[in-house]
Amino acid sequence: MIHFIEAVMQYGFLQKALITSVMVGVISGVIGCFIILRGMALMGDAISHAVLPGVAISFMLGINFFIGAVITGILTAVGIGFINQNSRVKNDSAIGIMFTAAFAAGIILITFLKSSTDLYHILFGNVLAVRPSDMWMTLIVGVFVLVSVFIFYKELLVSSFDPIMSQAYGLPTKMIHYFLMILLTLVTVASLQTVGIILVVAMLITPASTAYLLTDRLSVMIGISATCGTISAIIGLYLSFTYNLASGATIVLVATALFFTAFIFSPKQGLLWRSIRTNKQKSAVS
Amino acid sequence: MNNAIVVSNLHVSYYGKEVLQNIGFTISEGKSVGIIGPNGAGKSTLLKALLNLIPKDKGEITILGSELKEVRKRIAYVPQRSTIDWDFPITVKDTVLIGTYPTIGLLRRPGRLEKELALKCLEKVDMTEFQNRQIGELSGGQQQRVFLARALAQQADLFLLDEPFVGIDATSEEMIVKILKELRDVGKTIIVVHHDLNKAEKYFDELLLLNKELIAKGSVKEVFTPKTIASAYGGQLSFLDEVMAK
Ligand SMILES: Nc1ncnc2c1ncn2[C@@H]1O[C@H](COP(=O)(O)OP(=O)(O)O)[C@@H](O)[C@H]1O
Ligand SMILES: [Mg+2]
Repeated sequence: MIHFIEAVMQYGFLQKALITSVMVGVISGVIGCFIILRGMALMGDAISHAVLPGVAISFMLGINFFIGAVITGILTAVGIGFINQNSRVKNDSAIGIMFTAAFAAGIILITFLKSSTDLYHILFGNVLAVRPSDMWMTLIVGVFVLVSVFIFYKELLVSSFDPIMSQAYGLPTKMIHYFLMILLTLVTVASLQTVGIILVVAMLITPASTAYLLTDRLSVMIGISATCGTISAIIGLYLSFTYNLASGATIVLVATALFFTAFIFSPKQGLLWRSIRTNKQKSAVS
Repeated sequence: MNNAIVVSNLHVSYYGKEVLQNIGFTISEGKSVGIIGPNGAGKSTLLKALLNLIPKDKGEITILGSELKEVRKRIAYVPQRSTIDWDFPITVKDTVLIGTYPTIGLLRRPGRLEKELALKCLEKVDMTEFQNRQIGELSGGQQQRVFLARALAQQADLFLLDEPFVGIDATSEEMIVKILKELRDVGKTIIVVHHDLNKAEKYFDELLLLNKELIAKGSVKEVFTPKTIASAYGGQLSFLDEVMAK
Protein backbone atom coordinates (compact mmCIF):
# COMPACT_ATOMS: atom_id res chain seq x y z
CA MET A 1 0.00 0.00 0.00
CA ILE A 2 2.84 2.37 0.92
CA HIS A 3 4.46 1.46 -2.36
CA PHE A 4 1.24 2.34 -4.19
CA ILE A 5 0.95 5.72 -2.45
CA GLU A 6 4.56 6.49 -3.32
CA ALA A 7 3.93 5.50 -6.90
CA VAL A 8 0.86 7.76 -7.06
CA MET A 9 2.95 10.67 -5.78
CA GLN A 10 5.62 9.93 -8.30
CA TYR A 11 3.87 9.06 -11.54
CA GLY A 12 1.59 11.45 -13.40
CA PHE A 13 -0.18 8.64 -15.26
CA LEU A 14 -1.18 7.06 -11.97
CA GLN A 15 -2.51 10.34 -10.59
CA LYS A 16 -4.64 10.85 -13.68
CA ALA A 17 -5.85 7.26 -13.45
CA LEU A 18 -6.79 7.72 -9.82
CA ILE A 19 -8.59 11.05 -10.31
CA THR A 20 -10.47 9.73 -13.34
CA SER A 21 -11.58 6.50 -11.75
CA VAL A 22 -12.66 8.18 -8.51
CA MET A 23 -14.80 10.65 -10.48
CA VAL A 24 -16.28 7.78 -12.46
CA GLY A 25 -16.97 5.90 -9.24
CA VAL A 26 -18.81 8.89 -7.80
CA ILE A 27 -20.97 9.79 -10.81
CA SER A 28 -21.85 6.25 -11.79
CA GLY A 29 -22.77 5.63 -8.16
CA VAL A 30 -25.08 8.66 -8.15
CA ILE A 31 -26.77 8.06 -11.51
CA GLY A 32 -26.91 4.34 -10.80
CA CYS A 33 -29.31 4.95 -7.88
CA PHE A 34 -31.91 6.43 -10.20
CA ILE A 35 -31.28 3.74 -12.79
CA ILE A 36 -31.96 0.85 -10.43
CA LEU A 37 -34.91 2.54 -8.68
CA ARG A 38 -36.58 3.09 -12.03
CA GLY A 39 -36.02 -0.56 -12.95
CA MET A 40 -33.73 0.48 -15.79
CA ALA A 41 -30.64 -1.65 -15.13
CA LEU A 42 -30.97 -3.17 -18.57
CA MET A 43 -31.28 0.30 -20.05
CA GLY A 44 -27.93 1.16 -18.49
CA ASP A 45 -26.39 -1.84 -20.21
CA ALA A 46 -28.05 -0.86 -23.47
CA ILE A 47 -26.85 2.75 -23.49
CA SER A 48 -23.32 1.71 -22.61
CA HIS A 49 -23.18 -0.57 -25.65
CA ALA A 50 -24.97 1.92 -27.86
CA VAL A 51 -22.24 4.54 -27.50
CA LEU A 52 -19.83 2.35 -29.48
CA PRO A 53 -20.85 3.49 -32.99
CA GLY A 54 -20.81 7.08 -31.78
CA VAL A 55 -17.30 6.70 -30.45
CA ALA A 56 -16.19 5.11 -33.73
CA ILE A 57 -17.72 7.87 -35.85
CA SER A 58 -16.14 10.52 -33.62
CA PHE A 59 -12.72 8.94 -34.13
CA MET A 60 -13.27 8.92 -37.89
CA LEU A 61 -14.34 12.54 -37.97
CA GLY A 62 -11.65 13.53 -35.53
CA ILE A 63 -14.12 15.12 -33.10
CA ASN A 64 -14.35 14.61 -29.34
CA PHE A 65 -15.86 11.20 -28.75
CA PHE A 66 -18.35 12.53 -26.19
CA ILE A 67 -20.30 14.17 -29.00
CA GLY A 68 -20.78 11.07 -31.13
CA ALA A 69 -21.43 8.91 -28.09
CA VAL A 70 -24.17 11.14 -26.71
CA ILE A 71 -25.87 11.22 -30.10
CA THR A 72 -25.97 7.45 -30.63
CA GLY A 73 -26.79 6.87 -26.96
CA ILE A 74 -29.81 9.13 -27.10
CA LEU A 75 -30.93 7.83 -30.51
CA THR A 76 -30.94 4.34 -29.07
CA ALA A 77 -32.91 5.44 -26.00
CA VAL A 78 -35.47 7.11 -28.27
CA GLY A 79 -35.60 4.03 -30.52
CA ILE A 80 -36.25 1.78 -27.54
CA GLY A 81 -39.04 4.04 -26.31
CA PHE A 82 -40.55 4.18 -29.79
CA ILE A 83 -40.65 0.40 -30.30
CA ASN A 84 -41.94 -0.05 -26.79
CA GLN A 85 -44.82 2.38 -27.19
CA ASN A 86 -45.79 1.39 -30.71
CA SER A 87 -45.84 -2.39 -30.58
CA ARG A 88 -46.57 -5.22 -28.23
CA VAL A 89 -42.86 -6.00 -27.98
CA LYS A 90 -41.94 -5.94 -24.31
CA ASN A 91 -39.54 -3.37 -22.93
CA ASP A 92 -36.64 -5.76 -22.30
CA SER A 93 -36.92 -7.17 -25.82
CA ALA A 94 -37.02 -3.68 -27.33
CA ILE A 95 -33.88 -2.84 -25.37
CA GLY A 96 -32.16 -6.03 -26.53
CA ILE A 97 -33.01 -5.43 -30.18
CA MET A 98 -31.82 -1.85 -30.25
CA PHE A 99 -28.61 -2.09 -28.31
CA THR A 100 -27.27 -5.16 -30.04
CA ALA A 101 -27.99 -3.46 -33.36
CA ALA A 102 -26.11 -0.34 -32.28
CA PHE A 103 -23.26 -2.41 -30.87
CA ALA A 104 -22.97 -4.49 -34.05
CA ALA A 105 -22.89 -1.33 -36.16
CA GLY A 106 -20.21 0.00 -33.83
CA ILE A 107 -18.02 -3.09 -34.26
CA ILE A 108 -18.21 -2.78 -38.04
CA LEU A 109 -17.36 0.92 -37.90
CA ILE A 110 -14.45 0.27 -35.56
CA THR A 111 -12.91 -2.21 -38.00
CA PHE A 112 -12.53 0.70 -40.40
CA LEU A 113 -10.30 2.40 -37.86
CA LYS A 114 -6.58 1.83 -38.16
CA SER A 115 -5.69 -0.04 -35.01
CA SER A 116 -7.50 -2.85 -33.28
CA THR A 117 -6.07 -1.86 -29.89
CA ASP A 118 -8.58 1.02 -29.87
CA LEU A 119 -11.47 -1.42 -29.89
CA TYR A 120 -9.88 -3.44 -27.12
CA HIS A 121 -9.47 -0.35 -24.96
CA ILE A 122 -12.97 0.88 -25.59
CA LEU A 123 -14.42 -2.52 -24.73
CA PHE A 124 -12.33 -3.18 -21.65
CA GLY A 125 -10.95 0.18 -20.56
CA ASN A 126 -7.38 1.12 -19.88
CA VAL A 127 -7.27 3.59 -17.10
CA LEU A 128 -3.48 3.69 -16.90
CA ALA A 129 -3.43 5.24 -20.38
CA VAL A 130 -5.76 8.15 -19.54
CA ARG A 131 -4.63 11.33 -21.29
CA PRO A 132 -4.87 14.73 -19.57
CA SER A 133 -7.64 15.78 -21.99
CA ASP A 134 -9.66 12.69 -21.08
CA MET A 135 -9.22 13.40 -17.40
CA TRP A 136 -10.45 16.96 -17.79
CA MET A 137 -13.40 15.83 -19.88
CA THR A 138 -14.33 13.32 -17.19
CA LEU A 139 -14.11 16.01 -14.52
CA ILE A 140 -16.29 18.41 -16.51
CA VAL A 141 -18.86 15.71 -17.21
CA GLY A 142 -18.76 14.71 -13.56
CA VAL A 143 -19.42 18.22 -12.33
CA PHE A 144 -22.24 18.64 -14.84
CA VAL A 145 -23.88 15.37 -13.76
CA LEU A 146 -23.57 16.14 -10.05
CA VAL A 147 -24.90 19.68 -10.42
CA SER A 148 -27.83 18.43 -12.52
CA VAL A 149 -28.77 15.84 -9.93
CA PHE A 150 -28.47 18.42 -7.16
CA ILE A 151 -30.66 20.96 -8.95
CA PHE A 152 -33.34 18.50 -10.05
CA TYR A 153 -33.14 16.19 -7.04
CA LYS A 154 -36.76 16.79 -6.05
CA GLU A 155 -38.07 16.12 -9.55
CA LEU A 156 -35.90 13.03 -10.01
CA LEU A 157 -37.09 11.69 -6.66
CA VAL A 158 -40.80 12.14 -7.25
CA SER A 159 -40.77 10.99 -10.88
CA SER A 160 -38.87 7.84 -9.90
CA PHE A 161 -41.08 7.09 -6.92
CA ASP A 162 -44.52 7.97 -8.28
CA PRO A 163 -44.44 8.77 -12.00
CA ILE A 164 -48.23 8.86 -12.21
CA MET A 165 -48.62 11.47 -9.50
CA SER A 166 -45.76 13.49 -11.03
CA GLN A 167 -47.48 13.50 -14.38
CA ALA A 168 -50.79 14.34 -12.75
CA TYR A 169 -49.43 17.50 -11.21
CA GLY A 170 -47.79 18.53 -14.44
CA LEU A 171 -44.15 17.38 -14.31
CA PRO A 172 -42.79 16.66 -17.81
CA THR A 173 -41.96 13.04 -16.97
CA LYS A 174 -40.97 12.15 -20.54
CA MET A 175 -38.50 15.00 -20.62
CA ILE A 176 -37.08 13.93 -17.26
CA HIS A 177 -36.67 10.41 -18.64
CA TYR A 178 -34.69 11.61 -21.65
CA PHE A 179 -32.66 14.00 -19.51
CA LEU A 180 -31.70 11.05 -17.34
CA MET A 181 -30.77 9.14 -20.51
CA ILE A 182 -28.45 12.01 -21.47
CA LEU A 183 -26.83 11.93 -18.04
CA LEU A 184 -26.55 8.15 -18.30
CA THR A 185 -24.84 8.45 -21.67
CA LEU A 186 -22.40 11.03 -20.33
CA VAL A 187 -21.54 8.83 -17.36
CA THR A 188 -21.09 5.85 -19.65
CA VAL A 189 -18.71 7.68 -21.94
CA ALA A 190 -16.79 9.03 -18.98
CA SER A 191 -16.44 5.44 -17.73
CA LEU A 192 -15.19 4.04 -21.03
CA GLN A 193 -11.53 4.53 -20.17
CA THR A 194 -11.84 3.28 -16.63
CA VAL A 195 -13.88 0.11 -16.96
CA GLY A 196 -14.76 -0.13 -20.64
CA ILE A 197 -18.13 -0.55 -22.37
CA ILE A 198 -18.72 -4.13 -21.32
CA LEU A 199 -18.40 -3.48 -17.60
CA VAL A 200 -19.88 0.03 -17.30
CA VAL A 201 -23.21 -1.38 -16.23
CA ALA A 202 -21.53 -2.92 -13.19
CA MET A 203 -20.41 0.51 -11.96
CA LEU A 204 -23.98 1.74 -12.43
CA ILE A 205 -25.88 -1.00 -10.68
CA THR A 206 -23.52 -2.71 -8.23
CA PRO A 207 -22.65 0.22 -5.89
CA ALA A 208 -26.26 1.47 -6.11
CA SER A 209 -27.61 -1.96 -5.20
CA THR A 210 -25.18 -2.17 -2.31
CA ALA A 211 -26.48 1.17 -1.03
CA TYR A 212 -30.07 0.05 -1.60
CA LEU A 213 -29.50 -2.74 0.91
CA LEU A 214 -28.16 -0.36 3.54
CA THR A 215 -30.66 2.49 3.83
CA ASP A 216 -34.28 3.59 3.53
CA ARG A 217 -33.60 7.12 2.33
CA LEU A 218 -32.77 8.11 -1.20
CA SER A 219 -30.35 10.89 -0.23
CA VAL A 220 -28.38 8.52 2.01
CA MET A 221 -28.50 5.85 -0.66
CA ILE A 222 -26.90 8.22 -3.16
CA GLY A 223 -24.14 9.04 -0.67
CA ILE A 224 -23.39 5.40 0.13
CA SER A 225 -23.49 4.46 -3.53
CA ALA A 226 -21.02 7.19 -4.49
CA THR A 227 -18.77 6.11 -1.60
CA CYS A 228 -18.86 2.47 -2.71
CA GLY A 229 -18.02 3.57 -6.25
CA THR A 230 -15.08 5.57 -4.94
CA ILE A 231 -13.77 2.80 -2.70
CA SER A 232 -14.04 0.31 -5.56
CA ALA A 233 -12.12 2.67 -7.83
CA ILE A 234 -9.29 3.24 -5.35
CA ILE A 235 -8.88 -0.33 -4.12
CA GLY A 236 -9.38 -1.69 -7.65
CA LEU A 237 -6.73 0.59 -9.03
CA TYR A 238 -4.38 -0.34 -6.21
CA LEU A 239 -4.80 -4.08 -6.81
CA SER A 240 -4.59 -3.62 -10.54
CA PHE A 241 -1.34 -1.66 -10.23
CA THR A 242 0.25 -3.89 -7.62
CA TYR A 243 -0.58 -7.26 -9.16
CA ASN A 244 -0.70 -6.13 -12.78
CA LEU A 245 -4.38 -7.01 -13.31
CA ALA A 246 -6.84 -5.54 -15.82
CA SER A 247 -7.97 -2.30 -14.16
CA GLY A 248 -11.67 -2.30 -15.17
CA ALA A 249 -12.24 -5.89 -14.18
CA THR A 250 -10.48 -5.40 -10.85
CA ILE A 251 -12.53 -2.32 -9.99
CA VAL A 252 -15.73 -4.18 -10.82
CA LEU A 253 -14.78 -7.17 -8.67
CA VAL A 254 -14.09 -4.90 -5.70
CA ALA A 255 -17.54 -3.36 -6.17
CA THR A 256 -19.00 -6.88 -6.27
CA ALA A 257 -17.19 -7.81 -3.06
CA LEU A 258 -18.72 -4.75 -1.36
CA PHE A 259 -22.13 -5.79 -2.62
CA PHE A 260 -21.87 -9.27 -1.15
CA THR A 261 -20.63 -7.86 2.12
CA ALA A 262 -23.79 -5.75 2.33
CA PHE A 263 -25.89 -8.63 1.10
CA ILE A 264 -24.76 -10.75 4.04
CA PHE A 265 -24.14 -8.19 6.78
CA SER A 266 -26.61 -5.36 6.13
CA PRO A 267 -28.26 -4.63 9.51
CA LYS A 268 -31.78 -4.59 8.09
CA GLN A 269 -31.71 -6.50 4.80
CA GLY A 270 -28.68 -8.75 5.24
CA LEU A 271 -28.93 -12.54 5.22
CA LEU A 272 -27.08 -12.90 8.51
CA TRP A 273 -29.10 -10.63 10.79
CA ARG A 274 -32.31 -11.69 9.13
CA SER A 275 -31.76 -15.32 9.95
CA ILE A 276 -30.54 -14.46 13.45
CA ARG A 277 -33.70 -12.42 14.09
CA THR A 278 -35.91 -15.12 12.60
CA ASN A 279 -34.34 -17.82 14.74
CA LYS A 280 -34.52 -15.69 17.88
CA GLN A 281 -38.21 -15.10 17.27
CA LYS A 282 -38.82 -18.77 16.57
CA SER A 283 -37.14 -19.87 19.79
CA ALA A 284 -38.94 -17.15 21.74
CA VAL A 285 -42.35 -18.53 20.78
CA SER A 286 -41.49 -22.22 20.98
CA MET B 1 -73.03 26.40 -7.25
CA ASN B 2 -70.00 26.05 -9.55
CA ASN B 3 -69.18 22.91 -11.41
CA ALA B 4 -66.04 21.03 -10.40
CA ILE B 5 -66.08 18.77 -13.43
CA VAL B 6 -67.95 18.96 -16.70
CA VAL B 7 -67.44 16.12 -19.15
CA SER B 8 -69.20 15.76 -22.44
CA ASN B 9 -69.05 13.23 -25.20
CA LEU B 10 -65.85 11.60 -23.89
CA HIS B 11 -64.39 8.66 -25.79
CA VAL B 12 -61.20 6.86 -24.75
CA SER B 13 -59.55 3.80 -26.26
CA TYR B 14 -56.40 1.74 -25.80
CA TYR B 15 -54.91 0.91 -29.20
CA GLY B 16 -58.26 1.05 -30.92
CA LYS B 17 -60.15 -0.88 -28.24
CA GLU B 18 -62.79 1.47 -26.93
CA VAL B 19 -62.90 1.54 -23.13
CA LEU B 20 -65.05 4.61 -22.49
CA GLN B 21 -67.89 5.47 -24.79
CA ASN B 22 -69.74 8.74 -25.00
CA ILE B 23 -69.41 9.69 -21.34
CA GLY B 24 -71.02 12.92 -20.20
CA PHE B 25 -71.70 14.21 -16.70
CA THR B 26 -71.42 17.19 -14.41
CA ILE B 27 -70.19 17.21 -10.83
CA SER B 28 -70.83 20.24 -8.64
CA GLU B 29 -68.23 21.63 -6.30
CA GLY B 30 -68.47 20.42 -2.73
CA LYS B 31 -69.91 17.02 -3.50
CA SER B 32 -68.51 13.61 -2.78
CA VAL B 33 -69.08 11.27 -5.67
CA GLY B 34 -68.46 7.54 -5.99
CA ILE B 35 -67.58 6.05 -9.34
CA ILE B 36 -68.74 2.47 -9.26
CA GLY B 37 -68.85 -0.36 -11.73
CA PRO B 38 -67.47 -3.87 -12.23
CA ASN B 39 -63.81 -4.72 -12.81
CA GLY B 40 -62.58 -3.46 -16.16
CA ALA B 41 -65.47 -1.01 -16.45
CA GLY B 42 -63.08 1.84 -17.18
CA LYS B 43 -63.20 3.59 -13.79
CA SER B 44 -59.44 4.07 -13.49
CA THR B 45 -59.34 5.05 -17.15
CA LEU B 46 -61.93 7.74 -16.50
CA LEU B 47 -59.81 9.28 -13.72
CA LYS B 48 -56.72 9.14 -15.93
CA ALA B 49 -58.60 10.75 -18.79
CA LEU B 50 -59.75 13.55 -16.49
CA LEU B 51 -56.09 14.19 -15.67
CA ASN B 52 -54.99 13.78 -19.28
CA LEU B 53 -52.68 10.95 -18.25
CA ILE B 54 -53.96 9.08 -21.28
CA PRO B 55 -55.07 10.75 -24.52
CA LYS B 56 -58.77 10.94 -25.34
CA ASP B 57 -60.21 10.23 -28.77
CA LYS B 58 -62.89 12.85 -28.45
CA GLY B 59 -64.73 14.95 -25.90
CA GLU B 60 -64.61 18.06 -23.75
CA ILE B 61 -63.40 18.17 -20.18
CA THR B 62 -63.58 21.24 -17.98
CA ILE B 63 -62.15 21.10 -14.47
CA LEU B 64 -62.76 23.71 -11.78
CA GLY B 65 -64.05 26.00 -14.51
CA SER B 66 -60.89 25.94 -16.62
CA GLU B 67 -58.74 23.86 -18.85
CA LEU B 68 -56.86 21.13 -17.03
CA LYS B 69 -53.41 22.66 -17.41
CA GLU B 70 -54.53 25.80 -15.58
CA VAL B 71 -55.69 23.84 -12.55
CA ARG B 72 -53.37 20.82 -12.29
CA LYS B 73 -51.93 22.06 -9.03
CA ARG B 74 -55.37 22.28 -7.43
CA ILE B 75 -55.96 18.57 -7.94
CA ALA B 76 -54.73 15.78 -5.68
CA TYR B 77 -54.67 12.31 -7.21
CA VAL B 78 -54.13 9.13 -5.23
CA PRO B 79 -53.39 6.29 -7.68
CA GLN B 80 -54.35 2.67 -7.09
CA ARG B 81 -52.10 1.13 -4.44
CA SER B 82 -50.79 -1.49 -6.86
CA THR B 83 -49.00 1.17 -8.92
CA ILE B 84 -46.62 2.16 -6.10
CA ASP B 85 -43.15 0.63 -5.57
CA TRP B 86 -43.36 -0.16 -1.86
CA ASP B 87 -39.64 -1.01 -1.67
CA PHE B 88 -38.62 2.51 -2.68
CA PRO B 89 -36.13 4.01 -0.19
CA ILE B 90 -38.43 6.65 1.21
CA THR B 91 -39.87 7.22 4.67
CA VAL B 92 -43.45 7.96 5.60
CA LYS B 93 -42.60 11.56 6.42
CA ASP B 94 -40.85 12.18 3.10
CA THR B 95 -43.71 10.58 1.20
CA VAL B 96 -46.13 13.08 2.68
CA LEU B 97 -43.68 15.91 2.02
CA ILE B 98 -43.93 15.11 -1.70
CA GLY B 99 -47.45 16.48 -1.48
CA THR B 100 -45.93 19.95 -1.16
CA TYR B 101 -43.77 19.59 -4.29
CA PRO B 102 -46.36 20.80 -6.84
CA THR B 103 -46.68 24.20 -5.20
CA ILE B 104 -43.07 24.91 -4.26
CA GLY B 105 -42.00 24.75 -7.89
CA LEU B 106 -38.75 24.07 -9.68
CA LEU B 107 -35.32 24.64 -8.09
CA ARG B 108 -36.67 25.03 -4.58
CA ARG B 109 -36.52 22.56 -1.71
CA PRO B 110 -39.22 22.00 0.86
CA GLY B 111 -38.46 24.20 3.86
CA ARG B 112 -39.66 24.49 7.43
CA LEU B 113 -43.22 25.49 6.48
CA GLU B 114 -43.60 22.53 4.15
CA LYS B 115 -42.23 20.13 6.74
CA GLU B 116 -44.65 21.44 9.35
CA LEU B 117 -47.54 21.03 6.93
CA ALA B 118 -46.48 17.45 6.18
CA LEU B 119 -46.35 16.61 9.88
CA LYS B 120 -49.77 18.15 10.42
CA CYS B 121 -51.21 16.01 7.64
CA LEU B 122 -49.58 12.91 9.11
CA GLU B 123 -51.16 13.72 12.44
CA LYS B 124 -54.55 14.00 10.76
CA VAL B 125 -54.35 10.37 9.61
CA ASP B 126 -52.89 9.32 12.96
CA MET B 127 -49.60 8.13 11.53
CA THR B 128 -47.19 10.43 13.39
CA GLU B 129 -45.54 7.60 15.28
CA PHE B 130 -44.65 5.88 12.01
CA GLN B 131 -43.07 8.93 10.39
CA ASN B 132 -39.58 7.46 10.11
CA ARG B 133 -40.64 4.04 8.85
CA GLN B 134 -39.97 2.97 5.31
CA ILE B 135 -43.33 2.91 3.50
CA GLY B 136 -43.20 -0.81 2.75
CA GLU B 137 -43.16 -1.58 6.48
CA LEU B 138 -46.78 -0.56 6.97
CA SER B 139 -50.07 -2.39 6.69
CA GLY B 140 -52.26 -1.75 3.67
CA GLY B 141 -54.53 0.55 5.62
CA GLN B 142 -51.62 2.53 7.02
CA GLN B 143 -50.16 2.90 3.54
CA GLN B 144 -53.42 4.24 2.24
CA ARG B 145 -53.58 6.72 5.11
CA VAL B 146 -50.09 7.96 4.29
CA PHE B 147 -51.12 8.57 0.71
CA LEU B 148 -54.23 10.38 1.88
CA ALA B 149 -51.95 12.54 4.04
CA ARG B 150 -49.87 13.28 0.98
CA ALA B 151 -53.02 14.34 -0.87
CA LEU B 152 -53.95 16.56 2.09
CA ALA B 153 -50.52 18.18 1.91
CA GLN B 154 -51.31 19.16 -1.66
CA GLN B 155 -54.01 21.46 -0.25
CA ALA B 156 -56.07 20.75 -3.32
CA ASP B 157 -59.66 21.67 -4.17
CA LEU B 158 -60.39 18.48 -6.05
CA PHE B 159 -59.45 15.03 -4.78
CA LEU B 160 -59.41 11.96 -7.00
CA LEU B 161 -58.86 8.61 -5.27
CA ASP B 162 -58.64 5.30 -7.08
CA GLU B 163 -59.89 2.34 -5.02
CA PRO B 164 -58.68 3.66 -1.66
CA PHE B 165 -60.60 1.03 0.30
CA VAL B 166 -59.17 -2.08 -1.35
CA GLY B 167 -57.28 -4.35 1.05
CA ILE B 168 -57.43 -2.10 4.07
CA ASP B 169 -58.64 -2.57 7.64
CA ALA B 170 -61.93 -1.27 9.00
CA THR B 171 -60.34 1.38 11.23
CA SER B 172 -58.39 2.88 8.35
CA GLU B 173 -61.46 2.82 6.15
CA GLU B 174 -63.51 4.64 8.76
CA MET B 175 -60.81 7.23 9.23
CA ILE B 176 -60.46 7.86 5.51
CA VAL B 177 -64.21 8.18 5.10
CA LYS B 178 -64.35 10.63 7.97
CA ILE B 179 -61.56 12.80 6.55
CA LEU B 180 -63.12 12.80 3.11
CA LYS B 181 -66.41 13.92 4.63
CA GLU B 182 -64.66 16.76 6.45
CA LEU B 183 -63.05 17.85 3.21
CA ARG B 184 -66.40 17.76 1.49
CA ASP B 185 -67.91 19.84 4.29
CA VAL B 186 -65.41 22.63 3.73
CA GLY B 187 -66.30 22.75 0.05
CA LYS B 188 -63.77 20.41 -1.54
CA THR B 189 -64.90 18.05 -4.27
CA ILE B 190 -64.17 14.37 -3.70
CA ILE B 191 -64.25 11.68 -6.36
CA VAL B 192 -63.62 8.11 -5.32
CA VAL B 193 -63.45 4.99 -7.46
CA HIS B 194 -65.08 2.17 -5.59
CA HIS B 195 -65.65 -1.21 -7.17
CA ASP B 196 -68.24 -2.69 -4.91
CA LEU B 197 -71.65 -1.44 -4.02
CA ASN B 198 -71.26 -2.06 -0.35
CA LYS B 199 -71.54 1.06 1.78
CA ALA B 200 -71.63 3.26 -1.33
CA GLU B 201 -74.84 4.68 0.04
CA LYS B 202 -73.23 5.75 3.29
CA TYR B 203 -70.07 7.11 1.74
CA PHE B 204 -71.15 9.32 -1.15
CA ASP B 205 -73.61 12.07 -2.02
CA GLU B 206 -73.85 10.94 -5.59
CA LEU B 207 -72.88 7.97 -7.68
CA LEU B 208 -71.71 7.45 -11.22
CA LEU B 209 -72.44 3.94 -12.40
CA LEU B 210 -70.08 3.02 -15.16
CA ASN B 211 -69.54 0.12 -17.48
CA LYS B 212 -67.85 1.39 -20.61
CA GLU B 213 -70.81 3.75 -20.91
CA LEU B 214 -72.32 5.89 -18.21
CA ILE B 215 -75.23 3.78 -17.02
CA ALA B 216 -76.67 6.06 -14.39
CA LYS B 217 -75.78 9.13 -12.41
CA GLY B 218 -77.50 10.82 -9.54
CA SER B 219 -78.32 10.32 -5.92
CA VAL B 220 -77.74 6.89 -4.49
CA LYS B 221 -81.47 6.06 -4.66
CA GLU B 222 -81.71 7.05 -8.29
CA VAL B 223 -78.74 4.96 -9.26
CA PHE B 224 -79.48 1.84 -7.26
CA THR B 225 -82.35 0.39 -9.22
CA PRO B 226 -82.37 -3.25 -10.20
CA LYS B 227 -82.44 -2.24 -13.84
CA THR B 228 -79.35 -0.04 -13.75
CA ILE B 229 -77.40 -2.44 -11.59
CA ALA B 230 -78.27 -5.35 -13.82
CA SER B 231 -77.09 -3.50 -16.88
CA ALA B 232 -73.83 -2.50 -15.21
CA TYR B 233 -72.97 -5.74 -13.51
CA GLY B 234 -74.67 -8.07 -16.00
CA GLY B 235 -74.31 -11.65 -14.93
CA GLN B 236 -72.63 -10.92 -11.60
CA LEU B 237 -75.64 -12.04 -9.62
CA SER B 238 -74.17 -11.70 -6.18
CA PHE B 239 -74.16 -7.95 -6.59
CA LEU B 240 -77.72 -8.00 -7.81
CA ASP B 241 -78.83 -9.96 -4.79
CA GLU B 242 -77.07 -7.53 -2.55
CA VAL B 243 -78.97 -4.60 -3.96
CA MET B 244 -82.29 -6.39 -4.10
CA ALA B 245 -81.93 -7.15 -0.44
CA LYS B 246 -81.79 -3.45 0.41
N1 LIG C 1 -52.66 0.37 -20.43
C1 LIG C 1 -53.66 -0.36 -20.96
N2 LIG C 1 -53.54 -0.91 -22.18
C2 LIG C 1 -54.54 -1.60 -22.72
N3 LIG C 1 -55.73 -1.82 -22.14
C3 LIG C 1 -55.92 -1.31 -20.93
C4 LIG C 1 -54.91 -0.54 -20.26
N4 LIG C 1 -55.38 -0.13 -19.06
C5 LIG C 1 -56.62 -0.63 -18.98
N5 LIG C 1 -56.96 -1.33 -20.09
C6 LIG C 1 -58.25 -1.98 -20.35
O1 LIG C 1 -59.25 -1.01 -20.27
C7 LIG C 1 -60.39 -1.52 -19.59
C8 LIG C 1 -60.72 -0.60 -18.42
O2 LIG C 1 -59.67 -0.65 -17.47
P1 LIG C 1 -59.73 0.15 -16.10
O3 LIG C 1 -60.04 1.56 -16.41
O4 LIG C 1 -58.46 -0.13 -15.39
O5 LIG C 1 -60.94 -0.54 -15.36
P2 LIG C 1 -61.39 -0.44 -13.84
O6 LIG C 1 -60.54 0.54 -13.15
O7 LIG C 1 -62.83 -0.06 -13.90
O8 LIG C 1 -61.25 -1.83 -13.28
C9 LIG C 1 -60.08 -2.93 -19.18
O9 LIG C 1 -60.69 -3.79 -20.12
C10 LIG C 1 -58.58 -3.00 -19.27
O10 LIG C 1 -58.19 -4.29 -19.65
MG1 LIG D 1 -59.13 0.35 -11.65
